[in-house]
Amino acid sequence: MAYLEIENIVKSFGETEVLKGVGFTMEKGEVVSILGSSGSGKTTFLRCLCGLERADGGSVVADGERVFPLEKGETHSLKIGLVFQDFRLFPQYNVLENVTLAMNLLSKQEIKKSGDKKRKFTEEKDKNEARAKDLLKKVGLIDKIKNYPCELSGGQQQRVAIARALALSPDILCFDEPTSALDPALTNEVLKVISDLRNERMTMIIVTHEMEFAKNVSDKIVFMADGVVEETGTPDEIFNRPKKDKTREFLSSSL
Amino acid sequence: MDFATITAELLSGFGTSLILFTGTLLLSLPLGLLFCFGSMSKIVPVKWFFKFIIWVLRGTPLMLQIVAVFYVPGLLTNGAFRWPDLNTGWQWFDANMDKRFWAVLFAFTINYAAYFSEIYRGGIQSVPRGQYEAGYVLGMNKTQVFFKVIWLQVVKRIVPPMSNEIITLVKDTSLAKVIGVTELMFAADAARAKGLIWPIFYAGAFYLVFVGVLTFVLGRLEKKLSYFKV
Ligand SMILES: Nc1ncnc2c1ncn2[C@@H]1O[C@H](COP(=O)(O)OP(=O)(O)OP(=O)(O)O)[C@@H](O)[C@H]1O
Ligand SMILES: [Mg+2]
Repeated sequence: MAYLEIENIVKSFGETEVLKGVGFTMEKGEVVSILGSSGSGKTTFLRCLCGLERADGGSVVADGERVFPLEKGETHSLKIGLVFQDFRLFPQYNVLENVTLAMNLLSKQEIKKSGDKKRKFTEEKDKNEARAKDLLKKVGLIDKIKNYPCELSGGQQQRVAIARALALSPDILCFDEPTSALDPALTNEVLKVISDLRNERMTMIIVTHEMEFAKNVSDKIVFMADGVVEETGTPDEIFNRPKKDKTREFLSSSL
Repeated sequence: MDFATITAELLSGFGTSLILFTGTLLLSLPLGLLFCFGSMSKIVPVKWFFKFIIWVLRGTPLMLQIVAVFYVPGLLTNGAFRWPDLNTGWQWFDANMDKRFWAVLFAFTINYAAYFSEIYRGGIQSVPRGQYEAGYVLGMNKTQVFFKVIWLQVVKRIVPPMSNEIITLVKDTSLAKVIGVTELMFAADAARAKGLIWPIFYAGAFYLVFVGVLTFVLGRLEKKLSYFKV
């Protein structure tokens, strides 16, 4: 059994059937890139996976644990992070606060739940801050921790967004076209961060239009068309020996 | 009627105006948020109930509402309901904060809550959906997202339109005079009835100074929130 098993995800918006049965499997520490033309349902699929959208059917099992669908009141322990195309940093918080916010809220909740009076929030907060600084060092922004999002370039904002997503130690980190909103000159600094994460064996699902990058960074490519997975394979298989016409067409049009 | 007497009377009236202003603000700011949530409710009857209230409060003159709030409850209950006259023993307070004052405070509060609720609604709806989603994927719940992510962005957006309403409220307090609340314009008009015209300009100066102070304070608030962009 693979680490992540996604089967037959379907999703409609009203009359439009956007996902008609999307599924693939991946192992822990692997990088899967999802390719596909505009409107093929890549974003919708990621949103279903991260729980921003509720799929109409299908199943997701991670590490033997059911993630979707769940019974009412049932929960799962899989943590999935998502990095958006348009960063979505919180404008009123500086870089450091953007990264620590969710951690601090979680610490507060945990302290409350544990009822342990000796556990002090201030201590947890210091820990969270140290962790946030480590992450920001990793994405190369340690000298910007006091800056506000509006003072950063797109590439810098996206790197903060990655650090923010990493803060909660996600089991799987998803990216939805993380460089599409960036000037070409700024894409590399973001792609470099994602490559570094790959080298640390972060499990990642990346929707991208950066073909070279997908080729180099992925263990597996999932090619989507019209709401279904048309073809999956290693980068070599997909880029050099595509089996389906649609894949060939897509690749020739994206080069 | 010398200058000192007029000054004392206007100051007393200004005190009433100031309390009406402050009380209205303190009560209608939170009530407006409640109206706002109500008018955005997913429960359709609740939504339409609040939308109806807001429509009535914004669609009829405040002066009418003041009169209605003061007289109608008594008429409907055959006099069983009365706006209270508090006997605190503090003479100025009991003379000026009488039953008329409480009725006016009530009318102002619901009227301004209706206006504020629409400003809140505009502010809340102008925060992009993506900000909520960014919070949700970080594991925050709805309450956390609203208070930790959305709220300050809302505040930043609504400070300018709120400032406008707040300044309007300063001058609207003079409408309390319609049922005889002894506020600033009431005091100035009392002097006019005795043949003096200049006290109304003197009263105008009170309003101007107060609005000036408010403009300054609200401007500071706006500036304080200018460190980030939304
Ligand atoms: N909330 C929604 N309501 C209605 N239709 C939607 C909604 N979200 C997406 N769609 C439709 O679903 C289809 C797939 O959209 P999606 O954003 O998933 O495509 P995508 O593969 O991410 O495309 P792109 O490469 O342009 O980002 C589109 O036709 C889109 O119009
Ligand atoms: Mg998309």
